Amino acid sequence: MTMVSTPAWGDAQVSALDDDEVRRIRNDFPVLEQEINGKPLVYLDSGATSQNPRSVLEAEQEFYEQRNSAVHRGAHHLAVEATDAFEDARATVARFVGVQDDELIWTANATAGLNLLAYSFSNASVDRAAGGAERFALKPGDEVLVTEMEHHANLIPWQELCRRTGASLKYIPLDDAGALRLEEAARLLTPRTRILAFTHTSNVLGNINPVDVLVRMAREVGALVVLDACQSAPHLPLDFKAMDVDFAVFSGHKMLGPTGIGAVYGRSELLNAMPPFLTGGSMITTVTMEEARYLPAPQRFEAGTQPISQAVALAAAANYLSETGMHRIALREAELGQRLVMGLSAIDGVRVLGPGPGEERTGLAAFDVSGVHAHDVGQYLDNLGIAVRVGHHCAQPLHRRLGLSASTRASTYLYTTSEEVDLLVEAVAQIRPYFGVTASGVAS
Amino acid sequence: MSGLDSLYQQLILEHSKTRSGGDLANLPAAATGAPGTGQSYTGQSHQLNPICGDEITLRLSLGTDGDGQAVTEIHWDGDGCAISMASASILSEMAPGMSPMSLRHTIDHFRELMRSRGKLEADEELLQDAAALAGVAKYPARVKCAMLAWVAAEDALRQAEASQGVPQAL
Repeated sequence: MTMVSTPAWGDAQVSALDDDEVRRIRNDFPVLEQEINGKPLVYLDSGATSQNPRSVLEAEQEFYEQRNSAVHRGAHHLAVEATDAFEDARATVARFVGVQDDELIWTANATAGLNLLAYSFSNASVDRAAGGAERFALKPGDEVLVTEMEHHANLIPWQELCRRTGASLKYIPLDDAGALRLEEAARLLTPRTRILAFTHTSNVLGNINPVDVLVRMAREVGALVVLDACQSAPHLPLDFKAMDVDFAVFSGHKMLGPTGIGAVYGRSELLNAMPPFLTGGSMITTVTMEEARYLPAPQRFEAGTQPISQAVALAAAANYLSETGMHRIALREAELGQRLVMGLSAIDGVRVLGPGPGEERTGLAAFDVSGVHAHDVGQYLDNLGIAVRVGHHCAQPLHRRLGLSASTRASTYLYTTSEEVDLLVEAVAQIRPYFGVTASGVAS
Repeated sequence: MSGLDSLYQQLILEHSKTRSGGDLANLPAAATGAPGTGQSYTGQSHQLNPICGDEITLRLSLGTDGDGQAVTEIHWDGDGCAISMASASILSEMAPGMSPMSLRHTIDHFRELMRSRGKLEADEELLQDAAALAGVAKYPARVKCAMLAWVAAEDALRQAEASQGVPQAL
């Protein structure tokens, strides 16, 4: 399949993973070997959570068997080994997204990361005396700008922050095809805009937002830029420094890692000026009965015992992805995304959300089957061993904008074969006949 | 019958399309009787399944039937999967004529059946067409879909009785 447009991250020197390589990759993922309802599992829900290669499972087990201990405390041998493993993991994951080690904070997941930022800004808003934190303080008249396509995780924390501080939440609207209306973004970004928070790639539409354009607009008005990279970090080669965002978040479980670990990137000088969110052990220098002084980032934001084995396993995941090659993965998934959108949109009564055939898209496609509810679509596919996500995908406003309450989403990853995409397309073609829906969308 | 066909029986697919009682959006707002006047009383309930976004607004009316009381009609408006829509349609066909106690009894049995993971047999005499939904019990993720209208009816019944000042049975 030919690439119609060369993506910004494209690199002429590398080629997409091919089917033979994907078949070899699949051998590294034990969970993919099973059958569901007597049919081989076709896992097309990596956008919700990805599967783990053996190297990730073994890294976590090896940590518990050989090095388990608390980190950043204790002088014994295991404590040193565990601390080294934990900080090496940080360095690996920081390198994976192009940032310095001390700019990467561990969190439970991307949602926790966005809440960390919102609550830190919230704390700055109620305690302006904190040294250097004034720049994060919000007050009535200030604005936070998001987009209409955000996952609830990159919407509700900002709604709540605005509610607490009296700032106003604005959003960049979408056009009928689901693309950001950039002319509206230009109008909405004003000196009142303090924060611009947006997703790199939509978990529903599969589009890729123009980070460079939005960052440039935000810089002109002095707004801080928060990038939700939860759906891009697993699938596209990323360099947050080169992208010039101030903050970014992502989740480990969507990028071959375990659950319970994710990260926040923040520019060093910003992190060290921000008030902490969670406070307690491991994040302080001096504590008296009256007050405490805090360590610099990243420890400043890592109160309490951290997800240590998960961090070690996430580093193994980042290594697996790097060794496979993020450019090659991205090219492969772009091909699968095109295969999905072409196959699905050719089916009578099926509407694929987001970019059309030939337009830039990641390796996922959400779609509506006219006359059949997404829940029933998912049930039909599950009967064939095909795992997809159904519902609003934590993006109710986006679905409402597109005139839907729910959709079905198929999302691929580096272990997805072309045959699996074809199986999905063939199965979807049978759904309206099965439910007795005629071509016009009216029940027969 | 395959697993899928036992879930989506023809009767269910038909109900999901005909949607008996699914005309609430076209009706005027309920005229609620004043306590003690012998008029009909209505209760209305909105239920949402936040997992999938399925939604129903159901209105139930109570009137006198001989010595006692009976459900006179059910109307609803909803958006959801074939299971939730069929379940609402079946309920609106079977509930009219039932006494509040009998409706509660039927709802209780249906709930028990749905939560049984397929271990209970449906009481077909009691459940009538709703017995066709028995296959849902083997799909725990879909039980809430099947229950949506029934939970709404239970709540609407409670409200109809409350508006009447009738002491509620537990």
